[in-house]
Amino acid sequence: MAAAAAGPGPGSGTGDSPEGPEAEAPERRRKAHGMLKIYYGLSEGESAGRPAGSDPLDPTDLNGAHFDPEVYLDKLRRECPLAQLMDSETDMVRQIRALDSDMQTLVYENYNKFISATDTIRKMKNDFRKMEDEMDRLATNMAVITDFSARISATLQDRHERITKLAGVHALLRKLQFLFELPSCLTKCYQHLPSFRAIQDDCQVITARLAQQLRQRFREGGSGAPEQAECVELLLALGEPAEELCDEFLANARGRLEAELRSLEAELGPSPPAPDVLEFTDHGGSGFVGGLCQVASAYQELFAAQGAAGAEKLTAFAQELGGRYFALVERRLAQEQGSGDNSLLVRALDRFHRRLRAPGALLAAAGLAEAATEIVERVARERLGHHLQGLRAAFLGCLTDVRQALAAPRLAGKEGPGLAELLANVASSILSHIKASLAAVHLFTAKEVSFSNKPYFRGEFCSQGVREGLIVGFIRSMCQTAQSFCDSPGEKGGATPPALLLLLSRLCLDYETATISYILTLTDEQFLVQDQSPVTPVSTLCAEARETARRLLTHYVKVQGLVISQMLRKSVETRDWLSTLEPRNVRAVMKRVVEDTTAIDVQVGLLYEEGVRKAQSSDSSKRTFSVYSSSRQQGRYAPSYTPSAPMDTNLLSNIQKLFSERIDVFSPVEFNKVSVLTGIIKISLKTLLECVRLRTFGRFGLQQVQVDCHFLQLYLWRFVADEELVHLLLDEVVASAALRCPDPVPMEPSVVEVICERG
Amino acid sequence: MEDDAPVIYGLEFQARALTPQTAETDAIRFLVGTQSLKYDNQIHIIDFDDENNIINKNVLLHQVGEIWHISTSPADRGVLATCYNKPSDSKVLTCAAVWRMPKELEPGSHESPDDSSSTAHTLELLCHLDNTAHGSMACVTWEPTGDGKRVISLADNHILLWDLQESSSQAVLASSASLEGKGQLKFTSGRWSPHHTGTQVATANDTTIRGWDTRSMSQIYCIENAHGQLVRDLDFNPNKQYYLASCGDDCKVKFWDTRNVTEPVKTLEEHSHWVWNVRYNHSHDQLVLTGSSDSRVILTNMVSISSEPFGHLVDDDDLSDQEERRPEEKSQEPPQDSVIATYEEHEDSVYAVDWSSADPWLFASLSYDGRLVINRVPRALKYHILL
Repeated sequence: MAAAAAGPGPGSGTGDSPEGPEAEAPERRRKAHGMLKIYYGLSEGESAGRPAGSDPLDPTDLNGAHFDPEVYLDKLRRECPLAQLMDSETDMVRQIRALDSDMQTLVYENYNKFISATDTIRKMKNDFRKMEDEMDRLATNMAVITDFSARISATLQDRHERITKLAGVHALLRKLQFLFELPSCLTKCYQHLPSFRAIQDDCQVITARLAQQLRQRFREGGSGAPEQAECVELLLALGEPAEELCDEFLANARGRLEAELRSLEAELGPSPPAPDVLEFTDHGGSGFVGGLCQVASAYQELFAAQGAAGAEKLTAFAQELGGRYFALVERRLAQEQGSGDNSLLVRALDRFHRRLRAPGALLAAAGLAEAATEIVERVARERLGHHLQGLRAAFLGCLTDVRQALAAPRLAGKEGPGLAELLANVASSILSHIKASLAAVHLFTAKEVSFSNKPYFRGEFCSQGVREGLIVGFIRSMCQTAQSFCDSPGEKGGATPPALLLLLSRLCLDYETATISYILTLTDEQFLVQDQSPVTPVSTLCAEARETARRLLTHYVKVQGLVISQMLRKSVETRDWLSTLEPRNVRAVMKRVVEDTTAIDVQVGLLYEEGVRKAQSSDSSKRTFSVYSSSRQQGRYAPSYTPSAPMDTNLLSNIQKLFSERIDVFSPVEFNKVSVLTGIIKISLKTLLECVRLRTFGRFGLQQVQVDCHFLQLYLWRFVADEELVHLLLDEVVASAALRCPDPVPMEPSVVEVICERG
Repeated sequence: MEDDAPVIYGLEFQARALTPQTAETDAIRFLVGTQSLKYDNQIHIIDFDDENNIINKNVLLHQVGEIWHISTSPADRGVLATCYNKPSDSKVLTCAAVWRMPKELEPGSHESPDDSSSTAHTLELLCHLDNTAHGSMACVTWEPTGDGKRVISLADNHILLWDLQESSSQAVLASSASLEGKGQLKFTSGRWSPHHTGTQVATANDTTIRGWDTRSMSQIYCIENAHGQLVRDLDFNPNKQYYLASCGDDCKVKFWDTRNVTEPVKTLEEHSHWVWNVRYNHSHDQLVLTGSSDSRVILTNMVSISSEPFGHLVDDDDLSDQEERRPEEKSQEPPQDSVIATYEEHEDSVYAVDWSSADPWLFASLSYDGRLVINRVPRALKYHILL
């Protein structure tokens, strides 16, 4: 019973009731039902078994139609013990709950379906209303169509009648056709008749003669292109073979054009009567290019029927002659390479290029216009190269001028042009040369010039050609030329005058600070560089120029330092320091050193700023200098002169070194006067030190060194950035001399001062 | 690497002369000669104990004068030659003499190295190289491969070849040549080539380098204007017979092929003052050592013009056992010339640098203030060259 109550699960609500299989059904249908049941989770046996064991009229059957609760309860109460009653009660309650929830689900689902059905119906209503509208429109349209159709048939009524008439005429004409065909029929039939043939022969002879005469005229060729074209036209009309005529036509044209070329070549000649290049291209343009144009247009007109083969012939023809023409033009243009005048050349190129545009359009396949553009480009490139050469030569010329100005003997009492003036001259001369070159090449990109809108001239010419090739190239080559002075083998100082090094260094520095960016801005403005190709940035060039300036200045320092070093070295090496007399004077060479240093100071001062000097310590002002130096001597030199303590000397100088920075003798210099002078003095004094260490001094030798060093100290400190440096080096010189002296008895500082002040 | 740190030794006097003990191939030993005008000069024998990083010194008295140049016999460990200034009131003359050190200081016999430093020994004079007729001696150089019987000395403008006879107790002038020309010609330096069976010597005077044939004492080649200024020193490549290095007051070091003397093969410009000394490493000639009066010592790797331009191609004997575990990873790109290291331990001008004759990876440098510094080739480079 419980099983039966539990049996119809939610599945029974779907309408697929298990009662179905009860009826007598064929085997197949049962099978299908069985599968459905498996799908819905009912077992075959359950659905089949239950009705078999129950009577549909049983009032105690819970699921039966005749169920009577009273009877059922009665039956239960009677038949079942209490436990079973309880069981069946809980069972019942559970089933009722299950059925309740099932029913709720069903009601809910049905409600949902109702809602969706309502929606559908509403939508349908809407759609139908729309359809009604459409149908109305259809009806009106149909009415219009009917109307039109009626009108058309009314209009055509008339035409129809005429067509019928024409059809009749056509039938008649077809009958008449026979009459038209009759003559040819007759010819066919009666050709063999002698009279007819004679007439034909005569006709043929006349045509042949006519053709021959035409050809004769055609071959004589003297009568110019338009007449020839006429001849060809007639010959073609006479049915002469077109291909042969093509060839002959071109051969004739070739003859005329070659004559033009020859006359052009004559103008080139080994010793030309020299028409200028403009005249030459004019001549070529009107003579040869004009002729070629005529030939090409006539040819295309006459032999249009020849198709591709004919066009190819013409192309080959034009290419060959065009090539020869170009060769001549290039030879002529090559003669122009040396000249400085760009305007004529550009005008000539413009004419040349412009004239070739006409045949270029006619003969696109021959590539004449492209070839012409190429020639123009090549010439432009060569011009750029020429201008670069020119600029280089101008720079070298400037340098030669400077050299001459420097080497020119000074008139007594009268200074030559100062270095600053020379520098300004060089700078302005180079700048004006650059500007002139820029202006000259700028003609190539002028608006009115026919080739200026070619991509090459808009892009590459401006960026790679002018900016990179010409301007950057020149600045680079300038730096290289300047640097080459540093590497020159004349290390003994002979080859390059030091003043030139100084001047070039300042020039490069000026370029770094201002001129390069000015020139490049100028170039960029004039040539509106649109090209995207990478160009050298200003900063790179500036760095190069700065490096060049630095190397030149360093080299200047080396050269000048070497000059003074050599003086000092000779003076130390050639003297017999052991048997020298007691010093009375400062040696002449020291005065010379001071003089030369002063001269260098003046020279550098002309071109370079003063530079920063280390703050002077309070006790080293000019007034008290001598006192200061003597006090220094007592404080510092004294121990090194006491013969008893070589150890102390070492110790002292070592301690001193501990506290002083290492002196880099040939160190790079900065761009100011003080730094340059410091460099030169460092080199000189270090040389003095090394030379002193290689000699042995007598007592007076040492004293002479003492005097000399004091003298140098008096005069050299003012040139350097840090006067301590001079003191230090000179201290070391005197200390080394003392070490190299077997009998070191120093001179009284006061005596030293007296000697120095006197000398 | 702590044991790559330099070892510093200080002398009491100024010093310019430094040499390794050429005949010694086991112990690392340098000889330093002092320069003092007031005290007895000394020769310090510096033994370096590589394992313990300890310096042992022995002092020999050299009473005849201050030492300008020192060189040791390639054959006899006990024999050395010095050029020295005789103290004199009127004039300075540099003489040269050959000496023998006391027996107990010869290697292998220093039973008590510790206390020997306290007592000063005296050199035994073997012979003078008599230069009264020729002028001041600039340097003495021994025949590198010979039996220690032949030396060449440079005196002013003369080049003198001596035969040492009767166990070096007598020096006989075998042959000589002299520079003729205007001006005061003076040799500054000279080296005896280890190649050509010891028949070539190179000398420097002013800016010129000359090669000489010792058999005829005639000039073989001449490099005019080798340097812009005075040439200070030169050295032969021990492995390439035509290669020569030179240095001078133009701060440059130049490398020459003596078959083509118009152009240097390479030029270095690393120093900022005069370069006083240039030395090829005895085994690995790409290692070049220079000392300069800018107080620096620079070790350069001149691999592109060395005898091993593509690294170490042939196995050394001492490497053969490591051969199989050496990976063949050596990159094929040609090595670049470069400065390996700049040594800044000196505070005064460095007038002498030299390699140890025993340990090819070790060198000494000497500055004027008497500071001797012993350094090693950086380990990474050493292994790079060996492996």
